[in-house]
Amino acid sequence: MRDENLYRPYAADSKLGGCSCGQHGSQHEHDAAAAAARARRGEAAETLSADFVEAAAVKALFPHDATRRRFLQAVGAQAAVAAIASVMPISDLQAMALDKVGPLEKKDLKIGFIPINCATPLIMADPMGFYKEQGLNVTLSKTAGWALVRDQMLNRELDASHFLAPMPLAISMGLGSAAQPMRVATIQNVNGQAITLAMKHKDNRDPKNWKGFKFAIPFEFSMHNFLLRYYLAEHGLDPDRDVQLRVTPPAEMIANLRAGNIDGFLGPDPFNQRAVYDQIGFIHILSKDIWNGHPCCSFGVAQGFIEQNPNSFAALYRAILNAAASARKRENRAEIAKAIAAPNYLNQPETVILQALSGRFADGLGNVRNEPERADFDPMPWYSMATWMLTQMKRWGYVKGEVDYKALAEQVFLLTDARARMKELGQDIPAEAAASGYRKFSIMGREFDPAKAKAYADSFAIKHEQA
Amino acid sequence: MKASFRLRAAMLSAFLFAALLGIWQLGTTPRHAPQAAAVMTAEEAEYAALMGLPTTGQAAAHKNDGFPTPSQFAAHALEHLRDPFYDNGPNDKGIGIQLAHSLMRVGLGYLLAMAVAIPLGFVIGMSPLLHKALDPFIQVLKPISPLAWMPIALYTIKDSSVSGIFVIFICSIWPMLINTAFGVANVRRDWLNVARTLEVSPLRKAFEVILPAAAPTIITGMRISMGIAWLVIVAAEMLIGGTGIGYFVWNEWNNLSLANVIFAVLVIGVVGMALDLMFAQLQKKVTYAE
Repeated sequence: MRDENLYRPYAADSKLGGCSCGQHGSQHEHDAAAAAARARRGEAAETLSADFVEAAAVKALFPHDATRRRFLQAVGAQAAVAAIASVMPISDLQAMALDKVGPLEKKDLKIGFIPINCATPLIMADPMGFYKEQGLNVTLSKTAGWALVRDQMLNRELDASHFLAPMPLAISMGLGSAAQPMRVATIQNVNGQAITLAMKHKDNRDPKNWKGFKFAIPFEFSMHNFLLRYYLAEHGLDPDRDVQLRVTPPAEMIANLRAGNIDGFLGPDPFNQRAVYDQIGFIHILSKDIWNGHPCCSFGVAQGFIEQNPNSFAALYRAILNAAASARKRENRAEIAKAIAAPNYLNQPETVILQALSGRFADGLGNVRNEPERADFDPMPWYSMATWMLTQMKRWGYVKGEVDYKALAEQVFLLTDARARMKELGQDIPAEAAASGYRKFSIMGREFDPAKAKAYADSFAIKHEQA
Repeated sequence: MKASFRLRAAMLSAFLFAALLGIWQLGTTPRHAPQAAAVMTAEEAEYAALMGLPTTGQAAAHKNDGFPTPSQFAAHALEHLRDPFYDNGPNDKGIGIQLAHSLMRVGLGYLLAMAVAIPLGFVIGMSPLLHKALDPFIQVLKPISPLAWMPIALYTIKDSSVSGIFVIFICSIWPMLINTAFGVANVRRDWLNVARTLEVSPLRKAFEVILPAAAPTIITGMRISMGIAWLVIVAAEMLIGGTGIGYFVWNEWNNLSLANVIFAVLVIGVVGMALDLMFAQLQKKVTYAE
């Protein structure tokens, strides 16, 4: 046989009828088209990032190029892709890399906070560099009150803010303001409140004798309000008839307690400790003794902000979660207290903040108490927490008619996002959070089952529901 | 005689000031000197430390509680005055910067109010019909507190610092408006009659007869308005936060630091007095002895 045919049809290694993929006239055309496609890929940041991650992953698997080539020749490219994908989650890696690489839509963010311990992760993220780490330039704006936080969030003057945990629910439902979809990205802190009473009541610790008392709370839609109401009602007092609840800013609570205008307050730290420090009150109980692990404040954004700035939101999310993880570690608390006590942030004596954060504190009655769980920073926004708040809003007549507990909780609390971001940062996620986002908890010995929210809201003897 | 009268008044002022300081000192001196702490158990010592009280073998710690003594106050005031323009981030700035922010807001709101009130007052003063028609509106709007305007402004303007300026504007507009209208309406008849016989143009009449004649009343209105604007700014800034002397008061109140609040109150008083003196000078310039 003579091998003089130009196209060598009888040679095993030749390609008859064009290129290796069969779609081009010749190998030359095929190579040119492939090169052009590669060049196009390089123009888009997303594909470039994905390709780079894939190449880096393969390179990590085969540090020597010769080995890689032998492997590819042995099994073929198709099988190699499948084999590598089975041992390495390349698409996850690509998505993750993209998250970090994706350009931030908005780098200069304005975040509001109220100067209380509950804002710890959000504040410490500034001096400790958690925002910088994510490429964000954050201005923390100390805000004068919760109503103003609400208004400035509605105005879009603030990009994100420290909220009382029930506030985004209330704003989303349009209670006490125009309705605007507001989201809870993380819970800022759990526990961290207390009932503080004036010194003159130090021998009157039984709530049954508190008829006629005047209490201060920081805001209507606050855990402070709901927990105090719950606590009083469990002791047989009707919070709307037997006592007076006054909405008062924390610093004014101290001034009013000193003046004798109120008998006590359920307020945020460090103001409970501040009352002790200034020798005008004592800590009656910590809020963790009402419900251990209750949410207090949250970190929230408007739905519109997430839609317009998905990458900035993701970066902000990571910064806050990292800060929360760092705040959870007890060994960091002294350093944190020092960082956030400055006039730019809380503007309070460092020892007062540290006592509330560390849980080793003077109670105002001459004892040093050690309650390491006094404050914690678990960021997981459980749907069940939202459900409980809604049951209390229903119970005390803040919402009328039927409440769709499940829909509202899952709309406002971004548990799915929190879970994804925490996973990405390598943080632990409780099994129930990974499964359903709901869990049962017990408040003053009474169990709350989020699946039976309506029955729970109906079950209380003392309530002021509106039809 | 005149000099000795002035001297007597100055002496009386100095005496009152000294008496005030004396009462302040007496009222704030701790009743019992902090006792040198006796021997404490470890727990007692820790408790005292947590309460910010002196522990064994320690001098009385500097603790900032209750009403400050004059010397404590002076120390705080000096600290602020020594470095009035420091800037430690968005929520912690020196008293000078805070004052500048407040003055700027007051200035803007006040100028806006002037731009509206004086021409409008002029028109109202010239036309008895308009006067009668607008009077009910003015009477209803005049007594509204800045704190009541704030939520409305925030909701409609959707910007807290512009809302602050608006509140200054809306609260300081009324005295100027009323005084201008009053001044213009009460220009002496014979001067207007002279103008009429000379057949001057209405514009010339307004600028050369009415304006100079009404100027003292207008300036009085401006002076009252400036006083109100300066009153309002503290309340407005306590609500909107951020910067300014009102924010400073709120922030120090939050810290329960009375010494700093008193310092701010004095600064507010002194600046208010300076603004008022400015208008007093202006008033002297436009008043003619008849």
